[in-house]
Amino acid sequence: MTPDPILARKLLHEMVRIRRFEEKSAELYSAGKIRGFLHLYIGEEAVATGVMQALQPEDAVFATYREHGHALARGLSAGAIMAEMYGKVEGCSHGRGGSMHLFDAAAKFYGGNAIVGGGLPLTVGYALAQKMQQRTGLAACFFGEGAIAEGEFHESMNLASLWNVPALFLCENNLYAMGTALERSEADTNLVEKAASYRIAGKSVDGMDVLAVLEAAQQAAQFVRAGNGPYFLEFRTYRFRAHSMFDPELYRSKAEVERWKQRCPIAGFSVRAISEGWLTPQTIAAIEAEVAREIAQAVEFAEAGTWEPVETLTRDVYTARVQPE
Amino acid sequence: MNTVTAPVITTTYREALRMALREALQRDPRVFLMGEDVGRYGGTYAVSKGLLEEFGEERIRDTPLSESAFVGAGIGAALNGMLPIVEVMTCNFSLLALDQILNNAATLRHMSGGQFNIPLVIRMATGAGRQLAAQHSHSFEGWYAHIPGIRVVTPATLEDARGMLWTALMDPDPVIMFENALLYNLEGELATDAGAVDIDRAAVRRPGSDLTLVTYGGSLPKTLQAAERLAAQNISAEVIDLRTLRPLDMTTVLGSLAKTHRMVIIDEGWKSGSLAAEIMARVMEQAFYELDAPIERVCSAEVPIPYARHLEQAAIPQVETILAAALRTVKQHV
Repeated sequence: MTPDPILARKLLHEMVRIRRFEEKSAELYSAGKIRGFLHLYIGEEAVATGVMQALQPEDAVFATYREHGHALARGLSAGAIMAEMYGKVEGCSHGRGGSMHLFDAAAKFYGGNAIVGGGLPLTVGYALAQKMQQRTGLAACFFGEGAIAEGEFHESMNLASLWNVPALFLCENNLYAMGTALERSEADTNLVEKAASYRIAGKSVDGMDVLAVLEAAQQAAQFVRAGNGPYFLEFRTYRFRAHSMFDPELYRSKAEVERWKQRCPIAGFSVRAISEGWLTPQTIAAIEAEVAREIAQAVEFAEAGTWEPVETLTRDVYTARVQPE
Repeated sequence: MNTVTAPVITTTYREALRMALREALQRDPRVFLMGEDVGRYGGTYAVSKGLLEEFGEERIRDTPLSESAFVGAGIGAALNGMLPIVEVMTCNFSLLALDQILNNAATLRHMSGGQFNIPLVIRMATGAGRQLAAQHSHSFEGWYAHIPGIRVVTPATLEDARGMLWTALMDPDPVIMFENALLYNLEGELATDAGAVDIDRAAVRRPGSDLTLVTYGGSLPKTLQAAERLAAQNISAEVIDLRTLRPLDMTTVLGSLAKTHRMVIIDEGWKSGSLAAEIMARVMEQAFYELDAPIERVCSAEVPIPYARHLEQAAIPQVETILAAALRTVKQHV
């Protein structure tokens, strides 16, 4: 696929936006501004960026606990996400969710699911409801390759295929389920075949190449939109940072991480975009400057945010309703 | 006050549930039923018999044996404009879906800062008494009542079997309905115009003045029988049917206690950490000085429910054990 300069700029901008947002998040975590678990998406930016570019506003997105990148690429403001991680009311989940539970009803962004595989059944049900109500949008679900060991993956694939629902299954295979390598947790590491065993069409894609991701996602989305049932995409990717801020990374070698860093989706795309003439070094510098401004503003927004009063602690457990006499 | 009384029919708890399902399906196109064997088989307990023929496969949806996936799919469909009724064959199997119920249904609204509703109803059979042993006989409604974010209802009468479903469907939050399997054949009279009932209040099923018997679900008929036997001994027992286990209507419970000053709680769950324990604790907190005698509990014995009939019967609340507890409460603490 050959992007025009506008698309090339957009893709690079989104990837840089995610990268710099994550770097700032790590810094703010070390400064004690962000707490809890923090799972960074650095290295995997091409996946969320390429997929979101292929989705429409009418589609729904279900993501994992490593979802800052997906939320950003889906159009949530950096400020609302940062404020959420600060625990402020102005956050996209009003401070109730934190890093692992970013939500936005208007963007049809359904989290932020921190139980591995837990978003898969929701996606199937959401897609079923689309079909039953004769609506056109699809339901897209991101999950890691670790989820494939969960029973919910297999139950959900079966149900999605059996009911022929408009679901797009997006497996981000970064090779490690926390610290357990894929070949140490799966007897068969061919993930596309697993989907195929449920008669779900699928494809394996280079998740470090944003154009390959975009192209595959567009084709897959088209397949699903045409009423052909679910589709499975495996993106081969890698996280450059630790699993979370508590991970000493004993399970993989520095050499392996360095090898993958050579395939950085941002550096790779930048070099190619310049050599192909899609972008100029000046444009790339301008992107960096725009992103730096946006992230500085996001931090300011989060800093200026407010804490919810403790008096409303039990809010939003149940929907407020009129109690009968 | 309505002075015109509708004619009554003789029917069963099972039929009343089916009437409720049929009405809901007729009334709102967003409603659909899914679960294991709800369609072709007609429902494990025959509750949904005939509905497939009437409403078709889209709305009476047989599922594979994938509790976690189809309960989760119910949550996803509820997030997206539908009003799903998910039947889980028995509460024992619902443990396979506990992740979806607790980690998603009960939390999504809160985790998202109130952006989403899950108007989902999950129905499941509960309770012992049919010699089905330790993997088909337990009562987990008390466990579920532990979870903030869901509502737990336990219809114990024909009126509630007929009327709770619609109200539960109209509730914007997830509701779990526990149907004690021994109640399905319960026969009684039901007004032809019976319809939706509230799911907020406990009900006084028998007024009385000497002691309060608090119960719900499958133990209600036994408790009413015990009250009848107490009446023969000139002891007036008030019987309260909790109806909803979460949130608990303590106003009704404490109102009765203020009158009787004695209480026995009958709960088919295991005694340790039970719903009965929660009610006792709340009475201690809120009405300690109303008590003229220690509260007694009649619960299941601390044992997985056994197969042999005499052992199973010994493990769960019975009229005799309720009666004995009531008599101790009344006579030993004068």
